[in-house]
Amino acid sequence: MSELTELTISAAREGLKAKSFSAVELTQAYVTAVERARILNAYVKETPELALEMAKTSDKRLATGDAGPLEGIPLGIKDLFATKGVHTQACSHILDGFKPTYNATVTQNLFDDGAVMLGKLNMDEFAMGSSNETSYYGNVINPWRRKDSNVALVPGGSSGGSASAVAAHICAGATGTDTGGSIRQPAAFTGTVGIKPTYGRVSRWGIVAFASSLDQAGPIARDVRDSAILLKSMASPDPKDTTCVDQPVPDYEAAMTGDIRGLRVGIPKEYRVDGMPGDIDALWHQGADMLKARGAEVVEVSLPHTKYALPAYYIVAPAEASSNLARYDGVRYGLRVPSDDITEMYERTRAAGFGPEVIRRVLIGTYVLSAGYYDAYYVKAQKIRTLIKRDFEEAWSRVDVMLTPATPSAAFAPGEITDPVRMYLNDVFTVTVNMAGLPGIAVPAGLSDEGLPLALQLIGRPFDEETLFRTAQVIEEDSGYSAHPEVWW
Amino acid sequence: MIVDTRTPDPKKFIKGATGDWEIVIGMEVHAQVSAKAKLFSGASAEFGGEPNDHVSLVDAAMPGMLPVINGFCVEQAVRTGLGLKAEINRYSVFDRKNYFYPDLPQGYQISQYKQPVVGEGTETIDMPDEGRVEVGIERLHLEQDAGKSMHDQHPSMSFVDLNRSGCALMEIVSKPDMRSADEAKAYVSKLRTIMRYLGTCDGNMEQGSLRADINVSVREPGGEFGTRCEIKNVNSIRFMGQAIEYEARRQIGILEDGGTVDQETRLFDARSGETRSMRSKEEAHDYRYFPDPDLLPLQIDEAMIDDIKASLPELPDEKKARLIASYSLSDYDADILIGEQASADFFELVAKGRDGKAAANWVINELFGRLNKEGRGISDSPVSADQLGAIVDLIDEGTISGKIAKELFEIVWQEGGDPRAIVEDRGMKQVTDTGAIEAAIDEIIAANAEKAEQVKDKPNMIGWFVGQVMKSTGGKANPQAVNQILRDKLGVE
Repeated sequence: MSELTELTISAAREGLKAKSFSAVELTQAYVTAVERARILNAYVKETPELALEMAKTSDKRLATGDAGPLEGIPLGIKDLFATKGVHTQACSHILDGFKPTYNATVTQNLFDDGAVMLGKLNMDEFAMGSSNETSYYGNVINPWRRKDSNVALVPGGSSGGSASAVAAHICAGATGTDTGGSIRQPAAFTGTVGIKPTYGRVSRWGIVAFASSLDQAGPIARDVRDSAILLKSMASPDPKDTTCVDQPVPDYEAAMTGDIRGLRVGIPKEYRVDGMPGDIDALWHQGADMLKARGAEVVEVSLPHTKYALPAYYIVAPAEASSNLARYDGVRYGLRVPSDDITEMYERTRAAGFGPEVIRRVLIGTYVLSAGYYDAYYVKAQKIRTLIKRDFEEAWSRVDVMLTPATPSAAFAPGEITDPVRMYLNDVFTVTVNMAGLPGIAVPAGLSDEGLPLALQLIGRPFDEETLFRTAQVIEEDSGYSAHPEVWW
Repeated sequence: MIVDTRTPDPKKFIKGATGDWEIVIGMEVHAQVSAKAKLFSGASAEFGGEPNDHVSLVDAAMPGMLPVINGFCVEQAVRTGLGLKAEINRYSVFDRKNYFYPDLPQGYQISQYKQPVVGEGTETIDMPDEGRVEVGIERLHLEQDAGKSMHDQHPSMSFVDLNRSGCALMEIVSKPDMRSADEAKAYVSKLRTIMRYLGTCDGNMEQGSLRADINVSVREPGGEFGTRCEIKNVNSIRFMGQAIEYEARRQIGILEDGGTVDQETRLFDARSGETRSMRSKEEAHDYRYFPDPDLLPLQIDEAMIDDIKASLPELPDEKKARLIASYSLSDYDADILIGEQASADFFELVAKGRDGKAAANWVINELFGRLNKEGRGISDSPVSADQLGAIVDLIDEGTISGKIAKELFEIVWQEGGDPRAIVEDRGMKQVTDTGAIEAAIDEIIAANAEKAEQVKDKPNMIGWFVGQVMKSTGGKANPQAVNQILRDKLGVE
């Protein structure tokens, strides 16, 4: 039955509809695959019994013709999303034993549409990281390896478990979240498709918060169509999240017409950074040529404040995180390190419960919000954010979509980057999109000189995910990218 | 910049060992918004219940929870702002005030820092000895209440009750415009009255719906503002007065000894009547305010403001002016009547078509006096406005005397019933038949001939005769008639 796990969501959907196999058979195939791939450490909690139970219900609905758009499709859920009665700990020690009494709006939407949950996926602790090395549950391994090498590689982060699981075919698709690149960078490192929708397109309710003004959930999938199918189900208006827009969700699949004639594609010149590897630069040019060949018009644009985006991001995001993570105090749930007085209990609990990267960001955030520093850091960063938004707004008068590399490198090995600032540079092409609240998609477009997947990023206008899917599918088709990691596990 | 709006008034100075001192007071009143649900969660905002009965996932700060503004609480804040004749800010922002405490589940309080929903306004207070005083309102903002820590439930642990966590508070900040404890008390009391009129805060201090942080400093009269101390969380108007008096004396003592007042936060101990240091300026929290990214800025449109304006009740100041003008009341009586909207309403029902002064006299002296004695409110008065009105009518018509009226009031209070019918049934009518009165007077003069002679020299003695006549007529004789006839018969001018 292992070939069942080779099916994309759109193919599995057809097979289930045609009764070629049942949801239980499909789910069982994935449950077996998940068990076999434990060395990747993609799942922090497997829920096979729950999955098979959900699959049974899906089979009933498929039989009665009440199937939802994702009926019987086995998915992995990032540990950041609340799942009722199931391990939800943001891969942090401090949330030990936490099982919410609620589903996040996103998980509820997926379940309402018939999706089956295989388990909770590993991630960087509280979504802070670019290599999935900060998880309390250990590193996630990228199913990809360099040509002729056995060296393990990181899957990127923070949605590393999601990307690894999708690439290794141990789920049909996965949820991710993206605060500065946490969907797109791991998608790029694993040859999968990841979209961060416009801020406000997907409800944040029930997703453990990292940086509220930047966090946005989206799917990681095997191809562009699957990512469109998943986003359609994940997104919805939500009165419980006032930053979520009250706009109907378009039919993203219908937008994938293949017709991009007359589309104006911008190449932001500031993204040509020093020291960019030749293969990535070449891929970028190829991407532009592909789109041109399909009738798009490619023009250079300028986003002059790009170089300030990353430093500003590393003020805004930690500032919000320092406040968002204050609730993990050992008082009501999760880890508590007992002590004689309350202050010491806080200190011990948080020192034991948070990993070094989380502590670093909480400290940075606390610092930049402190009296005497607030104006110099936080206020200035917000001003930069406004300028970055304005850069994009001006550019949208000239172009419909922008094309950039997704990451400045291919996947690297665990331990290879130890300097936090160098690690932060992984997000150099992706953070601007979060700062401006725009949608961005990473789509695989080729292999590096070392045989690792490389991706391009498309950035769209607010709430114009449709153009991203349409354009990304053209890149997917024309790049002929169909590589899969060899199964070595 | 702080502007001194007051002229130093020697009547309010405090005598020290080295000279006179003037107190400067500013208040931060925390008023719980009257609303069914909390500020950002759907949980009930009702007082009481078992601990942690009224707690939603948002109130308990479970992971991934988001606040959603309760529009009614915003309306209440705007209503209060309009009641204080304050600027309503069309655009305001919710900020996070970050600090750790077990009864603060989020680790931050959602409040408004730089851009509050309501800006500058004014409250007028009437002081008995100095007349009208204007106290400036600096701002009013919305914020979340915290929960309650309970330290007496377990030998080594503290418990937390989150029922109050997330309830909506209005923090109303005054300018430092008050110069005596009495002014401060009058300010809070008037503020409470205004909010009760508006229905925006029940003002129930026992339940913690209204409490104040008081900023107190002293200075040489008219001099530079002194260093202030903030007295936290005082929850009764009487305590406010005590806390201010004590704190002013304490600061004067320090200054007169050549010391300096340290800026600090202090607590008032109701048992000892003293304030004591809680934390110094150096220990003050750095709250790291920043705009809450979970909430959009609050935008208030003109239509909403117009709607609320149109629905505002007559406010205490206007009501007082109208009562004085329409019913010729004294300032003092009007103040008492407007203290509660229900009292003023009751009075107006009694006064309708009757003599205002008489109505005020009966409402204030008889009814309120009796209600106070029994610790009852106007809303559960056993005597209705109609009944009291009938009593006033009966006096006015001369059907009963004032003395009998008091007896009648007592009967109505105890037994209820139609006063007119009671007077009829129980023969309480005043005797106005001069023949009957003359007969009674003749009898008394005859029996007291000696006194009747003396009264010619000592006209005051006529009171004794009046008393005797009233006694013999069971108090039903018309006192004016008795007086007149007595004077005629005794030959007293």
